[in-house]
Amino acid sequence: MSGDPVLAVDGVEVTFPMGRPLLRPFGRPNSIKGVAGVSFEVGRGETFALVGESGSGKTTLARAINGLQPVSAGSVTFEGQRIDGLGRAEMKPHRRRMAMMFQDPVGSLSPRQTVGALVTEAFRIHGTEGRDMRAETARLLSLVGLPHDFADRYPHQLSGGQARRVGVARAIAFNPVLIIADEPTAGLDVSVQGEVLNLLNDLRERLGLAMVIITHNLHVVRHVADRMAVMYLGRFVENGQTEAIFAAPSHPYTAALLSANPEPDPDKARDRIALPAEVPSLLARPSGCEFHTRCPWARAMCRSTPPPPSEKLGRVLTCHFPLAPGERPPERIGS
Amino acid sequence: MSVLSVNGLTVSFTTDGGTLTALRDVSFDIPDQRIVGVVGESGCGKSTLINAILGLLADNGRIDAGSVLFEGDRELTRLGDNDMRALRGQRISTVFQDPMGALNPVLSVGHQMINVQYRSGRSKAEKTARAVEMLRKVRIPDADTALSRYPHHFSGGMKQRIAIAMALMMEPALLIADEPTTALDATLEVATIELLKELQKDIGCSVLFISHHLGVIAELCDDVIVMYAGEVVERGTTRQVFNDPRHPYTFRLLDCDPARQHRRVRHLPTIPGEIPDLRQRPEGCIFAARCHRVHDACSRTPSATEVGGGHAALCWLADIPETVKVTA
Repeated sequence: MSGDPVLAVDGVEVTFPMGRPLLRPFGRPNSIKGVAGVSFEVGRGETFALVGESGSGKTTLARAINGLQPVSAGSVTFEGQRIDGLGRAEMKPHRRRMAMMFQDPVGSLSPRQTVGALVTEAFRIHGTEGRDMRAETARLLSLVGLPHDFADRYPHQLSGGQARRVGVARAIAFNPVLIIADEPTAGLDVSVQGEVLNLLNDLRERLGLAMVIITHNLHVVRHVADRMAVMYLGRFVENGQTEAIFAAPSHPYTAALLSANPEPDPDKARDRIALPAEVPSLLARPSGCEFHTRCPWARAMCRSTPPPPSEKLGRVLTCHFPLAPGERPPERIGS
Repeated sequence: MSVLSVNGLTVSFTTDGGTLTALRDVSFDIPDQRIVGVVGESGCGKSTLINAILGLLADNGRIDAGSVLFEGDRELTRLGDNDMRALRGQRISTVFQDPMGALNPVLSVGHQMINVQYRSGRSKAEKTARAVEMLRKVRIPDADTALSRYPHHFSGGMKQRIAIAMALMMEPALLIADEPTTALDATLEVATIELLKELQKDIGCSVLFISHHLGVIAELCDDVIVMYAGEVVERGTTRQVFNDPRHPYTFRLLDCDPARQHRRVRHLPTIPGEIPDLRQRPEGCIFAARCHRVHDACSRTPSATEVGGGHAALCWLADIPETVKVTA
């Protein structure tokens, strides 16, 4: 990372209120933490991936960075300025510099607008002074590798991959410095997935973008992200260089996620770490280490004491007993 | 013996833009107690294939040619509505991608699980016992009390397991599973695959498993058929197809999967081009326009070339394995 980070997230929490006080069952908390204190930085030309199961808080975190969701604690610093807690109008100039790509390539495009109108929508919102819309459309379409005559098409006339390209064109319209992409390849065919990832990689290099990619596809993470964080119940359990984490996951949850990735090789020996399927409710967070209810390595200490984050060789870990490379779950009597 | 034998199945749809041939000359067998995977990308005809087998084609669709023989004696393409209804859910059952679509949100799980047994002739108590037994098999905790709960009380993974339990309740001969794990997280996905494998052995049914996820197919299926633009371009055992692909499309598709690259690559392989317009099928090989091995012979439609042990590919060069790795 060179110079100041484009984005610095420090101890961010997002809370959701739970129902009206008088109607709430007695003893139930009045709010839940969707994101419970996470910190990371992304520099120019760098890609940071957020991974984790559904409900781990990945999308909520992305929305909090973008100001779509109020931050209840911590700070979000973008290009050296605090942007958490800014109002709509104050946030607007920052939004030009920070683009968001939402899930569902076709669903995130208005069905009533042509591709041309969609890719230039940002100009109509943020001002068009001195811009030739036709030229801008042509420039953006060629940047994402779509023929110019696509400008007259409607979203339903596009394939998933083409729709995703339009989404990318929309995101880069204002030459942003940061792109936040929520599941950029979900729902795409394997042969098209590569196209979209290659495109994002190219643009990142050419335009020096910083990227935050949210995905549950770990195979994708390996190819696009320099660094990654694994989220569980709104917290980072492991966070560091992608290659190092793939080579030797230290947190049991990371190890289980990596092992749960079916590979297209029928001869591959499956050495899977089985996890109980049920994710604990955010209404009743487990005591101690929050992963202990599913962790095959959990010991007495894990049930009582929350592990403090520790840092080693640039990797931040929240676990009392980090795994040795290739460590297998202990055999248990009666389990 | 084959549970299902599809032969030369051709299905077309009448659309505003002309007749669209969605399946052309599709042939494959689902042997007894085997899991057959169907791999293919959007628009390859996977869903049309299921609908044609189940007799659920849309009004503008019709079967132009071919046969679908079930358990050796029933021709599904000519079966009457009532006979077909007697098969569906009893002898042939289905699990779809979205478990919410399979479960009625306003009826309790038990109500629905008892309802699907209406042809069984069992007493109410027997039906309830059977429902509880199936819920236990798919590892729903507190199976007895789960019957009185409603679908929204369960998580996505549990709902899909309940849908699987319902599909297997009548011990069908064939289970059709259409992307049943696509909506699930990786950890749940592998757990669901393990469960399906176990139940398939237990019940002794055959499974037609449709997925675009190559890793899942490799792990679960005994045999595999690869579809492209409505044609079966390659079929064989999973090992044959994954370890020694003979159709260029299969070869490239496997190459595209980021899971096959164990090191970070600068540029991920892709298959440039698109599936041809099925209203105007090009002459000759359907994959020719995107194929890296295209040559003169490809202007004629290739026939399935057997390369040994039931492994066949729809390619003029099927006999010659790819020796040079192609990068796009």
